[in-house]
Amino acid sequence: MLRTLSRVSELPIIVKQLQKRSHNNNIASGKNNNNSYGMQHCRYSSSFFGLFQNAAQAGVTKTNNYATEATVKVNRPFKLHRLDEGPAEEVKLTKDEALRYYTQMQTIRRLETAAGNLYKEKIIRGFCHLYSGQEACAVGMKAAMRDVDNIISAYRVHGWTYLMGVSPSGVLAELTGVQGGCARGKGGSMHMYSPNFYGGNGIVGAQVPLGTGVALACKYKGNGGMCLALYGDGAANQGQVFEAYNMAYLWKLPVIFVCENNNYAMGTSTERASCNTDYYTRGDALPGIWVDGMDVLAVRSATEFAINYVNTVGPLVMETNTYRYSGHSMSDPGTSYRTREEIQEVRQKRDPITSFKELCIELGLLSADEVKAIDLKVRKEIDEATAFSKTDAELGVSHLWTDVYSNCLESKLRGTISYNLDHIQERKGVNH
Amino acid sequence: MIVPQILRGRLTTLRPNVSALFLSRSHFTYYPTSSSSGKKMNMFNAINNAMDLALENDNSALLFGEDVGFGGVFRCSVNLRDKYGKNRVFNTPLCEQGIAGFAIGVANTGVTAIAEIQFADYIFPSFDQIVNEAAKYRYRSGGLFDCGSLTFRVPCGAVGHGALYHSQSPEAYFAHTPGLRIVIPRGPVKAKGLLLACVRDPNPCIVFEPKTLYRAAVEEVPLDYYTSDLGKADVLCEGKDVTLIGWGTQVHVLLEVANLAKEKLGVDCEVIDLVSILPWDTDAVCKSAKKTGRVIIAHEAPYTQGFGSEIAAYIQEKCFLHLEAPVKRVTGWDTPFPHVFEPFYLPDKHRCLSAVQDIMLF
Repeated sequence: MLRTLSRVSELPIIVKQLQKRSHNNNIASGKNNNNSYGMQHCRYSSSFFGLFQNAAQAGVTKTNNYATEATVKVNRPFKLHRLDEGPAEEVKLTKDEALRYYTQMQTIRRLETAAGNLYKEKIIRGFCHLYSGQEACAVGMKAAMRDVDNIISAYRVHGWTYLMGVSPSGVLAELTGVQGGCARGKGGSMHMYSPNFYGGNGIVGAQVPLGTGVALACKYKGNGGMCLALYGDGAANQGQVFEAYNMAYLWKLPVIFVCENNNYAMGTSTERASCNTDYYTRGDALPGIWVDGMDVLAVRSATEFAINYVNTVGPLVMETNTYRYSGHSMSDPGTSYRTREEIQEVRQKRDPITSFKELCIELGLLSADEVKAIDLKVRKEIDEATAFSKTDAELGVSHLWTDVYSNCLESKLRGTISYNLDHIQERKGVNH
Repeated sequence: MIVPQILRGRLTTLRPNVSALFLSRSHFTYYPTSSSSGKKMNMFNAINNAMDLALENDNSALLFGEDVGFGGVFRCSVNLRDKYGKNRVFNTPLCEQGIAGFAIGVANTGVTAIAEIQFADYIFPSFDQIVNEAAKYRYRSGGLFDCGSLTFRVPCGAVGHGALYHSQSPEAYFAHTPGLRIVIPRGPVKAKGLLLACVRDPNPCIVFEPKTLYRAAVEEVPLDYYTSDLGKADVLCEGKDVTLIGWGTQVHVLLEVANLAKEKLGVDCEVIDLVSILPWDTDAVCKSAKKTGRVIIAHEAPYTQGFGSEIAAYIQEKCFLHLEAPVKRVTGWDTPFPHVFEPFYLPDKHRCLSAVQDIMLF
């Protein structure tokens, strides 16, 4: 028994109606779809908010008068290229999932804010690209990934690193270049790794063929895994991306080419840089899906569909339409090629975290208190991680010449003082 | 024989200063080139001024690259699109191989092309185009076609916090390719002169611009059109004991080392800015090597197969009997360009000064 509501902002009114008519399971909602959320539909089971006596009949469990599961329709419909059927537009969301996604997105947002502040304090030096605004992409994809799946991305990877198992302190410490960092301070902002996460990559587009290679390995090994190869709308114009598409399609490799389209390639907007801004169609023979990248549930649904597709049919391209709030990197104020109003409008109307929070509260999956508790917990964790990243020690100078080769190819490492240094490799790669 | 003893005595007094090694952010002190008149400019202003003149003097000249229309990430092309229009100054997508190929094609028709590769670290996707197309066009067409009106501008080198992919100095890769010209300016005056010379030169040229100098280097730059000699080294200070050879930012490290060597060790150094990597000024280098008998080459790129190797090999071949000591190289280590370890990686003044001491003690 599902009820259809027109939009999130109308929900409180609807709830009142439901309370009045709690004996009735069939209430249709208002008609206005032209609101700021686009065509947002929420369908949820009749048991939400614990208003109904017949929850058990609807097949939905509930505890403490709060719904534990709801069915939601994605914010904006998928667009398909060379596909007859697309991802499910109605998706289930459990309370646990709601808690997890909210926590993850909020952690990434806080993490990036902390990174931005550390950069401004000149504690993080060099290049630092923030993911704020794009959280739903990573969290949605991660939610669909299985243990056998892999991911490789570009230089905006602090959030992904955290999602792939590195603690916030591991990320921030890497940014400040201290030994507690996930690459021991040797990689910095763009170079973070963890098992199944083949890292960030500083060269625009270079990770896409790499991800295709990872997919080839998955197929060769027959482990059922696949690889997400992420790139931006700027990298979408690199020749090697098309080389990778072609090979992947020829050999039917389990790879999802994910174009995270945040509308700006550094300072150049998509329409100035791309002859075809429908990035999901740019694989030519490869099928494609367009996804609202500000809707974590849409991204999850599309990724689930895509994982199944690439493992059974062949590669496809997925475009997640998203937005970055910060500049391209910390050295770009991000306001010379777009207006402040544009950024504000996205923040107010499409923010992935705010909209998901509102949805969960309206659906009764999360209470305002729970949200508050998560916010506090996240803030505490990031504050601690920040403190750690400021105080941890740097690696000793001897690590300048570690990890260049698997072992010293000559008797001593060349080029170092007096040729007297042995090569050292202290950590064994996770891929061995 | 007396010299070594003096050296040892003075070096012990040097040691306490070494602890101050990493207190400053920048690993070099800038030594401006003096010019008679002009306007105070930093290096990106000077390059901007040079491109302004190039676009003004030559109606066919085009300027393009990633974000170039907005002024470029280092502000070198600021205001040029407004002045010359978006048909002549424009952004490209992020595709270095495409940019290079496109530039070569445009230049093949005789049009003057100034293409910017945003960072030297990003030049490798265009390596094939530059090495296999640009460098060989004239030769393979028997002189019928060439892309000599092509100039690449490429920010390179250490910047203090650039880490692996925003710090490299790839000049030696390209120096292995006959058909190219490669130059590296040490400051604003030179940057303007070299860029204008490259634009005019009938060979494909690459100007590697040390990005740390864009703002740090300020000089009086003449406003008129002028060119600097390509293929000519500059002897910046004369000396009789040791020849120090460098290019780009490293020149400033070596000038400071020359002062330190005189002051602390009583050693008289001659400092040469090589300026041109390909073809390079063998005459100036050999003349100096024969005079001093001791040569130290310093560059940021790694030791093995850095351009210092070529210079050292050439000197031993041509000046063997004049040498008092083996030619020394002080360079980055054979490791990827490190992030947090950058101060330890660079051939800073302390390492170079220590090399001066070693070569005197040989």
